[in-house]
Amino acid sequence: MRLEGKGLVDRGAPVSFTFDGRSYMGFAGDTLASALLANDVRLVGRSFKYHRPRGILTAGSEEPNALVEVVEGNQQTPNVRATVQEVFDGLVARSQNRFPSLSFDVMGVNDLLSPFFSAGFYYKTFMWPRPFWEKLYEPLIRRAAGLGRLSGRHDEAQYEKAWAFCDVLVIGSGPAGLMAALTAAQAGADVILAEEDARMGGRLLSENCRVDGQPGADWAEAVLDELRGMPNVRLMARTTVTGAYDDGTFGALERVGLHRAPAPHLPRECFWRIVAGQAVLAAGALERAVGFPDNDRPGIMLASAVRSYLHRYGVVAGQRVAVLANNDGARATARDLMAAGVKVVGILDTRPDASAVEDCPVYLNAQVTGTAGRTGLRSVSFRHAGGAAVLEVDLLAVSGGWNPTVHLTCHMNGRPLWREDIAAFVPSPGAVPRLTAAGACNGAFSTAGCLREGRDAALVALAALGRAASDVALPVAEDAPYAITPFWETPGVEGRQWLDFANDVTTKDVKLSAQENFRSVEHMKRYTTQGMAPDQGKNSNVAALAVLADATGRGIPQTGTTTFRPPFVPTSIAAMGAGGRGAGFAPQRFLTSDQASRDRGAPMIEAGLWYRPSYFPKPGEATWLESCNREVLMVRESVGVADVSTLGKIDIQGRDAARFLDLVYTNTFSTLPVGRVRYGLMLREDGHVLDDGTTARLGEQHYLMTTTTAAAGLVMRHLDFVHQAFCADWDVRFVSVTEGWAQFAVAGPKARELLATLLGEVPALPFMGVADVALGSVKGRLFRISFSGEEGYEIAVPTRHGEALFRDLLARAETMGGGPYGMEALNVLRIEKGFITHAEIHGRTTAFDIGMEKMVSAKKDCIGKAAAARPGMVGPEREQLVGLKATGAMTAGAHLFVPGERVHRETDQGYVTSVCWSPVMGAHLALGFLKNGRARHGERVRVVDHLRKIDVVAEVCDPVFHDREGVKLRA
Amino acid sequence: MPELIAKSALHGQAPKVALGTTLSEGVVEKMVSVAPYPGRGAAVDAVLGALGLRFPAAGEAVAAGDVRLIWVGRGMAFLLGADAPAGLAEHAALTDQADGWAVLRIAGPVAVDALMRPFPVDLRAAAFPVGKVARVPLNHMQAVLCRTGEDAFEIMVFRSMARTAWHEIAEAMDVLEARARAS
Repeated sequence: MRLEGKGLVDRGAPVSFTFDGRSYMGFAGDTLASALLANDVRLVGRSFKYHRPRGILTAGSEEPNALVEVVEGNQQTPNVRATVQEVFDGLVARSQNRFPSLSFDVMGVNDLLSPFFSAGFYYKTFMWPRPFWEKLYEPLIRRAAGLGRLSGRHDEAQYEKAWAFCDVLVIGSGPAGLMAALTAAQAGADVILAEEDARMGGRLLSENCRVDGQPGADWAEAVLDELRGMPNVRLMARTTVTGAYDDGTFGALERVGLHRAPAPHLPRECFWRIVAGQAVLAAGALERAVGFPDNDRPGIMLASAVRSYLHRYGVVAGQRVAVLANNDGARATARDLMAAGVKVVGILDTRPDASAVEDCPVYLNAQVTGTAGRTGLRSVSFRHAGGAAVLEVDLLAVSGGWNPTVHLTCHMNGRPLWREDIAAFVPSPGAVPRLTAAGACNGAFSTAGCLREGRDAALVALAALGRAASDVALPVAEDAPYAITPFWETPGVEGRQWLDFANDVTTKDVKLSAQENFRSVEHMKRYTTQGMAPDQGKNSNVAALAVLADATGRGIPQTGTTTFRPPFVPTSIAAMGAGGRGAGFAPQRFLTSDQASRDRGAPMIEAGLWYRPSYFPKPGEATWLESCNREVLMVRESVGVADVSTLGKIDIQGRDAARFLDLVYTNTFSTLPVGRVRYGLMLREDGHVLDDGTTARLGEQHYLMTTTTAAAGLVMRHLDFVHQAFCADWDVRFVSVTEGWAQFAVAGPKARELLATLLGEVPALPFMGVADVALGSVKGRLFRISFSGEEGYEIAVPTRHGEALFRDLLARAETMGGGPYGMEALNVLRIEKGFITHAEIHGRTTAFDIGMEKMVSAKKDCIGKAAAARPGMVGPEREQLVGLKATGAMTAGAHLFVPGERVHRETDQGYVTSVCWSPVMGAHLALGFLKNGRARHGERVRVVDHLRKIDVVAEVCDPVFHDREGVKLRA
Repeated sequence: MPELIAKSALHGQAPKVALGTTLSEGVVEKMVSVAPYPGRGAAVDAVLGALGLRFPAAGEAVAAGDVRLIWVGRGMAFLLGADAPAGLAEHAALTDQADGWAVLRIAGPVAVDALMRPFPVDLRAAAFPVGKVARVPLNHMQAVLCRTGEDAFEIMVFRSMARTAWHEIAEAMDVLEARARAS
């Protein structure tokens, strides 16, 4: 019910929304919870396990009951807290975990069976037979229990992530936060004030309090106005600080578009990383409930929430109200309600010695013994100092005291401290470096105390930052002491007393846990699932451990708390990984030939973030293999062009450049003549092969190294390491030029003829030679190298000319009967020639294994040489590179066995690394590693791949199938 | 041989404007990496002095007219806008870098906000003044970020990644515009 003249919602801005298909009206400034209560909707959800009818318990992000699905187009967001979701025109929300409807839920039968479903029930009952758990029991249990549902579709909505930096981060905008922000800002510090709520002001918006003679909300607004006018202040509303991390870094989740209709590019949420020099935690406190039978009915609400709905939203959730409390603070609820004209039928104070003087009946030493009303509270039975009674009420405001919001202070393994006087845990000082807790989250429960602590925390922060503090006067506010006598559960009564509403855990479950010897608080949590729901135990942790402390005969401090971990509120992965979905997952690297390849219909495959053409289909070719076969024969018989710009290129210069290469390569480069190219092999420090490639000597002190595409970054890092660690004083410098040159392979018997048409005259290059060439005014380089086994060249030009040269080369090649070839053909060509890639040098193979031990120079040392000579790194027991030839298809990953022997891990002889169909040989070829393989050419092996159902016999042969003497590439 | 047509990394990309802020592709005609050999710092500075420059400290860009020398990493700077002066190759490794990098420029009132989405770096004026340069990740790309004016920045990434870099920054601008429209 909405009260006239109360609340801070905008009565001039009505909005329409639906809940479970029914249309309702609210006002701008309402949450879904306040708007539903204004429309007298009390039943909003069903509990997780027992499907008990539940209403709204709180007015904040800790809400355990009122979890709803918000529907947006074909998407739905489950477990949205109605107390956080703001209403807007067109909002569609629905209840969850009920069938067929919220008011009649057939799974409510679970509640009647609850005597069987106590904590640990599933583990004990559904143990046998074991396979049934995964296949039968768990799916059934999961279907019966549960929260919201996902759409099952990709979340394609816009999300955002962002960084922010400040001198002082203030977390929370209640009286403590506002004073901290004001004090820090007036001293000139860069301040970020982060507030979870849509509106700043904290409890000042929810209490009937005065600050400096003004209503609290007005004072807050005046301070906010001042802050808004300061260029060094950034106000971040709807932003929950979710975690505290190293070096003053905080995670924060901002609700950007969740409170309005979707718009293009408007993010739903933004995940912030805020780096702060100092932080003030002014996160306030959370009120806790009290244990009594059936304390979870719709209509039973925290006293502070009742005041929030009254003062903030002008809403009361009932007509006849009772208050149950163990502290003085909750008395304000009764007084405020009466002042607003709401009938308060009584205050049930659990304390025997509290004051009985109020404008309504006060029952001392009161304990609730039962409640009635299945889908909404109707009455409360209780006993008290004067006897027992029943009150007809539809709203019971409950307060069991307050828990300071210590969560962030525990994110770096700090443990909170128990304070007996306020019966609550407070942060241990210094638990998070550079963070000071202030106000209610630090155990200061009066407005004046919050204002003072907020200012003082800012002064601490300013001092640490070395800034002079401004003189900020403390406003005058109420400073009443907080009087509480702990009351956790009602003794000697029948019925379930709920602790964790979200996970349906009762006081009895906690005692059962202790009885079953799960006495540690961490064990109790796992046994009962208390604290493991979306609210992460915000409403129940302290009460649960108090019950556990009682059951185990220990004190609360000895019992301790479970560990509070980030995030403080449920945080969507979509926000944390904003932009990282689909193509956003990694950068895309495009070749200069990209468009030309796509124009020809080439499917692109990703290799080392590069997009490379797989093959170039021609009309009439139905499969990739047809295209690939044609391209292979084209290169073998005519000429082919391929973009090889992705190979890593490193420019190396200096008087010690040759010496440096001799150190990183197994073979010698100091003897390489200028104008020549040499194949090189590089080892890791552990003696295994790191990479291979060719290096050209461009000048006396100038080399150009090429690496494989996949290892370009790895090799650069390796060179940096070797240089910095072993020879930092050498006269050598190197820099990547991978991206500076577009380089194209021109391979085949007609390669030279093609280049002659392009260059006029092809330099008389020997195999493994390099020369400068001119293409008009463009200076290029021509290498005579081959990865195909044919006469091959690679021509390089500055990248800006790459596309033009590629298109030109293709036109010439096609005129001559050749054309482009893709990665598939490139792979077949190199397998036919027995050239290795990272499929073979995969990190576990040595120079010996790949048959290149002779390339490890005996005349000099190199990185990895000593390690490569260790026992076990050479010898017949090693698996050695071999070729395999078969009539049936083989697969990379298949393992090798001796025909006739048992196929078993212990009889494994090796494995296959690369396979292809060779149109030249008319056979299936493979490269692989076979034990003592070089001595076994001519033998037959069985190739078995259990995953892909391959079992063929292959002939072991030399890995070079094509032109073993190298006549063609030297032509 | 007819002349080969030259294309920039983002050839044909129209500038993007949002909230008075413009993202555009920059032109790099000349860019050379300068990596002084050990112990040759003074000699390098002496040669650079002829251009009115000196070798920059870490995180620094030095300029003389249109000629700039930008620190890009340990013992290395990029010389933009001029050929390497005669004699420099005696004391430093010089390598042409003009084709290897794409340059993006962003200028306008929300440039800082847009960049502080993909760049994890403090761009407040006091922490990142004009003339400051940093090697920082642009999401998953390694970039060189340089503040060229109060509201103006230059971003360099490997040329092949130019489209992704453009997308990341353009998206941040789109989001800021949508936020502004919503508030």
